[in-house]
Amino acid sequence: MPLEMGLDKLPLGIPGQVTQMAENMPLTQRLNQFGLVPGTRICCRYRTPGGSVTAVEFRGAVVALRTRDMAAIRVEV
Amino acid sequence: MGRPVEHKLTVALAGNPNVGKSTLFNALTGLRQHTGNWPGKTVGVAQGQLDYRDTRFTLVDLPGTYSLKGTSPDEQLAGDYLQENQADCTVVVCDGSCLERSLILALEILMRCPKTVICVNLMDEAMRHGISVCPHKLSNLLEAPVVFTSAGKGEGIPALLEKIRETALQMPKLSLPCWDDPISAAEKIAGECICQNPDCDQSFRRSVDKLLVSRRVGVPFLFLVLLGIVWLTVWGANYPGLLLQSLADYGYGLLSGWATVLPGWLGGLLVDGVYAVCARVICVMLPPMAIFFPLFTALEDIGYLPRMAFLLDPVFARCGGCGKQALTLCMGLGCNAVGVMGCRIIQSPRERLNAILTNAMVPCNGRFPTLILLGSLFFTGSGSALVVAFCVALGVVGAMAVSFLLSKTLSKGEASTFCMEMPPFRRPRLGQILVRSVLDRTVFVAGRALLVAAPAGAVLWALSNTGLLKLVADFLNPVGLFLGMNGVILLAFLFCLPANELLLPVILLSITQAQSLQAVTGVGYALLGSFFTWQMALCTMVFTLFHWPCGTTLMTVYRETHSIKNTAAAFILPTAAGMLLCTLLNFFL
Repeated sequence: MPLEMGLDKLPLGIPGQVTQMAENMPLTQRLNQFGLVPGTRICCRYRTPGGSVTAVEFRGAVVALRTRDMAAIRVEV
Repeated sequence: MGRPVEHKLTVALAGNPNVGKSTLFNALTGLRQHTGNWPGKTVGVAQGQLDYRDTRFTLVDLPGTYSLKGTSPDEQLAGDYLQENQADCTVVVCDGSCLERSLILALEILMRCPKTVICVNLMDEAMRHGISVCPHKLSNLLEAPVVFTSAGKGEGIPALLEKIRETALQMPKLSLPCWDDPISAAEKIAGECICQNPDCDQSFRRSVDKLLVSRRVGVPFLFLVLLGIVWLTVWGANYPGLLLQSLADYGYGLLSGWATVLPGWLGGLLVDGVYAVCARVICVMLPPMAIFFPLFTALEDIGYLPRMAFLLDPVFARCGGCGKQALTLCMGLGCNAVGVMGCRIIQSPRERLNAILTNAMVPCNGRFPTLILLGSLFFTGSGSALVVAFCVALGVVGAMAVSFLLSKTLSKGEASTFCMEMPPFRRPRLGQILVRSVLDRTVFVAGRALLVAAPAGAVLWALSNTGLLKLVADFLNPVGLFLGMNGVILLAFLFCLPANELLLPVILLSITQAQSLQAVTGVGYALLGSFFTWQMALCTMVFTLFHWPCGTTLMTVYRETHSIKNTAAAFILPTAAGMLLCTLLNFFL
């Protein structure tokens, strides 16, 4: 039974797969260029001490995002 | 050598940012770059030439881009160039350690440009990470020639040149390949060609990253790195500074001898005015810059800077900025004009403007000597680096406070998003660091400063020899006193508009009433101690941090924003902050 959640809730080190991304957002467009689209396998790697910025890994690259913005990306585990 | 050139070919280098494109470019052209490698439209792209067998290649190093549909100015430039098919051959540089992502752009380019060579770079890094790629499969699937290189070590360069020549001189393919969805096609192709060695452990790399952003280790380490850079710059600049000074004195002696053939006033103007001021500016600015920029470029090369931006983003986010502003402020420590130009890395226009307007609030190293000297009135010995570090911290706080106010008032709007690639750590390449930092940054900045220092020297000489300097200083005295300083200091700040290095020389010239700067080096500094009261020194230090940016920086702000309004704001904001602080200090002390 797959579990769906916002990417901001995905615990560090647990791999997930993107199911849905908020459309018409500048961040979504940017991430699409980076190769992050629905279906991409993704994993959160590390956070800042306060937890407000997270480094996520997908397609072999690591990208830093604000945790708050990551709620717009839905993933399933 | 000696073979006649039969073919002339233009070759474009395209690829994601940070895949070693510039390293490859330098490995190919042997560092014969004819412009500085600044990213962006105004300066244009770097070009270089090389001869290989019977062919002369003109290489065009396009700015890094993730997609042909990119939105930032840099990416649009690269996209436009490739769309128009201006080159005889396009080389797509891919990152061997992150091939899947690089292939997305490669596929987009393959669908548009008939003569394309795929260069999989950073193969040494991929090997370290236990990744192996099958070149034949990749070449078959992409329907294009594939070459593996490790540009940092110079491996695979001859093979690449041969392939480029072969591809460019071939008849173009009649039909271009087509992939409906480049992203999923890239995933599929990468899956078929890449073999990940399961024995190669990624956990060490990951734990280093985790440690570097942790509260216990990462945060203190960040401050140590910043303090270390400031300390090395301040301490290390002493000795070459003295050496340059004695060279300049020697040159002064020679020139004054030669100047006797000229009419007295012209000789004075050229030697005591132009030469003395230029020499002083170079002596003061060159050594710290020649130390700071290589250090900064080394941090850039290793890949620590993105970690720094990562750690500092939460702090800057609260002030309506983003972590990348920390990087541009850091660049501003070297030179504010360079820092302003560096603001191109910030995507959101609003945050970029805030970062540009507040950059001059961190002291560039042209202001370090003033801060050190004034600081030495309070502290002796090795306290000077601490004084500078404290001033830098104060400047950063000021920049953040003004950014905060701006984001609440003038540049209100949606808080933007933050999205930054964290590249793997790389071993720094010393040769490239030196060349890039010395040629692209130090010489560039020093040249600009000389351009403004020379006329300023002439004016300064004329004013001091006609007694006007004292007259103007007396006129400015009430305003200066109100700000906790005096007329002479305020006048010196006005003279700093061309270059901040001029502050102390002008003060010295005014208080000693000497004919030339060259005459006041030794004794003059002793006089400074009796000239400044401690309140005055404190206000001067604050005003050194917060006053109008130098002319070079203002020119750069105008070039970057194309707006007189924003340039005026860059002038007024720090000045207003400085005047406010100095008035308050003067009132309470």
